[in-house]
Amino acid sequence: MPFLLKGVVVTIELTVMAAILAFLMAFIAGFARLSKFAIVRGITQIYVEIFRGTSLLVQLFWVYFVLPFFGIELSAMMTGVLVLGLNYGAYASEVIRSSILAIPKGQTEAGIALNMSPSLIMKRIILPQAMLIMLPPLGNYLIELIKSTALVSLITLHDLMFCGTMINNVTMRTIEVYSLVLIIYFLLAYPLTLAIRRLEKRLSAGRL
Amino acid sequence: MWDWEFTISILPLLLEGLKITLIATFLAFGFAVVVGLLLAIASRSSVKILSLPVKAFIEFVRSTPLLAQLFFIFYVFPKFGLVLTPLVAGVLGLGLHYSTYLSEVYRSGIDSIPRGQWEAAKALNFSKARTWISIIIPQAVPPIIPVMGNYLIGMFKDTPLLSAITLVEVLQTAKIIGAQSFRYLEPITMVGVIFLILSYVSSLGVQWLELRLNQR
Repeated sequence: MPFLLKGVVVTIELTVMAAILAFLMAFIAGFARLSKFAIVRGITQIYVEIFRGTSLLVQLFWVYFVLPFFGIELSAMMTGVLVLGLNYGAYASEVIRSSILAIPKGQTEAGIALNMSPSLIMKRIILPQAMLIMLPPLGNYLIELIKSTALVSLITLHDLMFCGTMINNVTMRTIEVYSLVLIIYFLLAYPLTLAIRRLEKRLSAGRL
Repeated sequence: MWDWEFTISILPLLLEGLKITLIATFLAFGFAVVVGLLLAIASRSSVKILSLPVKAFIEFVRSTPLLAQLFFIFYVFPKFGLVLTPLVAGVLGLGLHYSTYLSEVYRSGIDSIPRGQWEAAKALNFSKARTWISIIIPQAVPPIIPVMGNYLIGMFKDTPLLSAITLVEVLQTAKIIGAQSFRYLEPITMVGVIFLILSYVSSLGVQWLELRLNQR
């Protein structure tokens, strides 16, 4: 049990770091997709398509096993954070892009009429409204991210799943170990699910 | 660095693995489509003893990682005397996991059917089963087909997880090639390329489908 908890700590660390990276990437890529320069849009689109089009596990293996051939050696933790962050960043960038586009054009025009600079319009008018739209889907991706961290056990990172498998190999108490692992993951993810549902209800109250 | 001859020599092996991947994907999808509908209907049932456990099951499966579920099915079920081959365990795990997602999709489709349809069925003295089969399902399913297509692509991208329960699909094949030849670059990159092509093409297919359904 203490051993499993150590795994839980690694899982949470990984989730938090990957979520931060994903959030940054999502914002950068989300805005870049709306850029006026075609080349910026093109590069971001390629990034998004590559990460959305290939399997997460394949990406993990690629970074962990193939990059060392190019002289880039990353620890399992680094690989996990990097790949999960970039992968979910690609998915979430679509959320950011679509929620910015969902703000009616009249809002931007009103900003222009008030002689606001484009960055001020973005900061004061568009983003505060877009944030409300993007929060629930981003929260759902966070839950997906927690669940996906289990995959890093396959590149030998000692997270919850990995610790479970190791304890199972030593003690052979398969039923207890794997049931416990499932329950712990559930306890990690489910409170978030409930929180996001409440948030969604509160945000949509009086708006729709 | 990149050896084309080696790449071409391993392609047949990879395609062999891809075949297993596709078989697992479609079997699991078929399973998920059927079980998802059953879960959706059961969770709407007015019989609390049926609907509550089903809802709890859906929440639990959706909140835990697929990998942990696969391990559970593959390693814990045999303790109860149910020994499964990797393919069966994989299809069952993947199918069950996605059936809970699809049940939510079905639910959205069912919810969008106007109440009048239910009432009309009742007025015509249709039995419950007949209401479902000839009124509700035929109207609920077509609008959600594109969403289901997206889940099919998602499942396809999740099949590499089955390599963790020793199913020799495309990623596992690449790993074996890598271990034998000490060259991971080509096999794993090729797997990535294969996934990219297949999922990109199928996502175009889904977009096309969406466009056509919207026209009607």
